[in-house]
Amino acid sequence: METGTRQNTEHIDVSYVAHLARLHLADSEIQVFQKQLDHILQHVHMLTHLDVDHVEPTAHAMPVENAYREDDIRPCLSHDEVMDNAPNGRGGLFIVPKIIE
Amino acid sequence: MKYKVSIGLETHVQLKTRSKIWCGCPNRFGQPANTDICPVCLGYPGALPSLNREAVRLTVVTGLMLGSTINRRSKFDRKSYFYPDMPKNYQISQYDEPFCTGGHLNINVNGGSKRVEITRIHLEEDVGKSIHFEQSSGVDFNRAGTPLMEIVSEPELESPDEAFAYLTALKQVLLYGDISEGNLEEGNIRCDINCSLRPMDSDVLGSKIEIKNMNTFRGVHRSLVYEIKRQIGILDNGGVIQQETRRWDDDSGLTSIMRTKEHAHDYRYFPEPDLMPIVLTSEEIDAMRSAIPELPADRRNRFAVEYGLPEYDAGILTSDRDLADFYEAAAKISGNYKAVSNWIMTDMLHYLSEEGIGIDKIKITPEALAELVDLVVQNTINMPAAKKIFRILLESGGKPTAIMEDKGLAQISDSDSIDVFVEEALSSHPSSVADYRSGKKAALQFLVGQVMRLSKGKANPRAAMESLKRRLDSGDPGN
Repeated sequence: METGTRQNTEHIDVSYVAHLARLHLADSEIQVFQKQLDHILQHVHMLTHLDVDHVEPTAHAMPVENAYREDDIRPCLSHDEVMDNAPNGRGGLFIVPKIIE
Repeated sequence: MKYKVSIGLETHVQLKTRSKIWCGCPNRFGQPANTDICPVCLGYPGALPSLNREAVRLTVVTGLMLGSTINRRSKFDRKSYFYPDMPKNYQISQYDEPFCTGGHLNINVNGGSKRVEITRIHLEEDVGKSIHFEQSSGVDFNRAGTPLMEIVSEPELESPDEAFAYLTALKQVLLYGDISEGNLEEGNIRCDINCSLRPMDSDVLGSKIEIKNMNTFRGVHRSLVYEIKRQIGILDNGGVIQQETRRWDDDSGLTSIMRTKEHAHDYRYFPEPDLMPIVLTSEEIDAMRSAIPELPADRRNRFAVEYGLPEYDAGILTSDRDLADFYEAAAKISGNYKAVSNWIMTDMLHYLSEEGIGIDKIKITPEALAELVDLVVQNTINMPAAKKIFRILLESGGKPTAIMEDKGLAQISDSDSIDVFVEEALSSHPSSVADYRSGKKAALQFLVGQVMRLSKGKANPRAAMESLKRRLDSGDPGN
C-alpha cells in the first residue's frame, strides 16, 4: 500500500488540487476559489476552540454500521445497454485514447 | 561490496465470492468483454456500492489464519486514481482502518524455516482490464469490482528464493482456507514487489524500487534476480539508486522504468462516504476463528507425529488440502498409514501429473484405497495384481474386491495349487535347477519368475519361493 500525503487542512492549495483532479482553471478562477475555500476553512477552524477530546472522529452523520449485502447474484445490464452511451466501442470493448503508463 | 537485500511483497488476492464486492454482478473469469457489469461496476453517477458480507468474512478469516489482530472497527476510504480502467476515478480501498493488522507467515527455504511478519491485510476493489492497441486502448470492466484482498508483508525477505517461498506458502494458506481460487493464469494472485539494497554494515534501508503487477511466482523470482544484480551494478560503480517504479518484461527478462518519485501519485485518501464503518464483535470473530481449517504447517507436523510419516512424505501430502484430506480419510479407514502414503506418493501422484489433473478429478475413493491396502496386507492379492487394480481404480473407480474377482486377480496362496506351478517350472528348466545347486542362487529368482508366469501372475511370490527352495535344497527336483 502506498500512502498518499495528507495536506494540512489550514490551507488548501487550489492550483495543486486542481492539477490532481485534472481540472484546468484560469488564474482568475483559482483566485476566486482560493478565497472561497479559505473562508470555509476559517469557519471550520472554529472547531479547534471546542473541547473534542472525548468525541470520536466520524465520517458519517448517520449512526449506522455494518450495512452488508448477502453474497447473491443479481442480473447485470445487457451488453448492448452497457455500450449504448460509449462514444467508441469495438470488439465488445470500450475504446479510449491510448493509455500510456 | 556486500549488500543486504530487503524485499517486501504486496500481494493482491481475488476472493472466492459468488458476486462482486459492491454489487450483485457475478464474480467470474472468462466471460465475453463487458457482459458481467452494471451501473455500480461502471461508476455511473448515483450508483451506490453495497458491501458483500462474504468478502469481509474471507478477509477476516485470512487474518485469523495468519495470526493478525482483527480490528474491531474498520472503514473504507477513497483513493484518487485517474486511469481508464477505473471509471469512478477513485478506487475504494482501506487506508488507516484496515480489517487486519500484523500477523506472520512461516516459510520454508533452503531446508530451513523463517517467520515473515505481515504488516496488514485490507480489502479493496479490483479494476477493469485494459488492452493496448496501436492507436488506442480498449477496456473490459468485467473484472471491475472483484473483491481484492491486499496482504502487505514487512520488507523481511532477503532473496528471490525467500520471495518465492513466501508466495508459495501464502497460496497454500489461501487454498486451505478456501479464500481464493488461487489460479495464477486467471490473475487470482498478483503482486507488487518492493526491493532495496544497503551495505551489509548499514541499518538504514536503501532507496526502494517497486516492480508492479507481477502475475507469476516464477516472474517474481526472475525479476528479483535481475533487479538485485542491476542495483549491485549501480552501487558498485558509486552510483545512487533512485526511488522509482519499474515494470518487468517476462520475454526480455528485464525491468524498465515506469515512473520516478517526482511523479508519484498523491492519492488523497479520504473516508468513503457511501459505505458505513464495519464493527465486528468478539462473538463474530470467535465464530470465524472456530471455522478456520488447520494450517498447512500444523497439518504437516501432525501427519509426521500422528501417522509416523517421514517429514518429506508429510510435506508432500499436506501441500494440497484435498490431497491431505484424501490421505487422512484413507489412512483412518485402513490403519496402515505408511502403505496408504506409499500408494499416494508414488502411483497416484504420478498418475495425476501424467494426466495433468487435480485430486478433485480423481475417480478412486479413500475407501477403495484402504480396501486395496487391506487386500495386499491379507495376502489376498500380490503387488503386481494390486498395481493393476490401482490403475483401474484411478481410471474408472470402483471397488477393489469386485475388480479383483472380475479380472481374476486373486492371489493363489494354497500350497497344493502353487506346487503344481512349481513342479512345472522345475521340470521345464533343469539347467536352472543345476545352476542353483552349483551355487548360483540367482537362479532361484528366475524360477520364481517362471512360477509367476505359469500362474498368470496370481501366485503368491513368497509361497512360490518357499516351495521352490524346499524342493531345491532337499534335492528333490520334483521330476
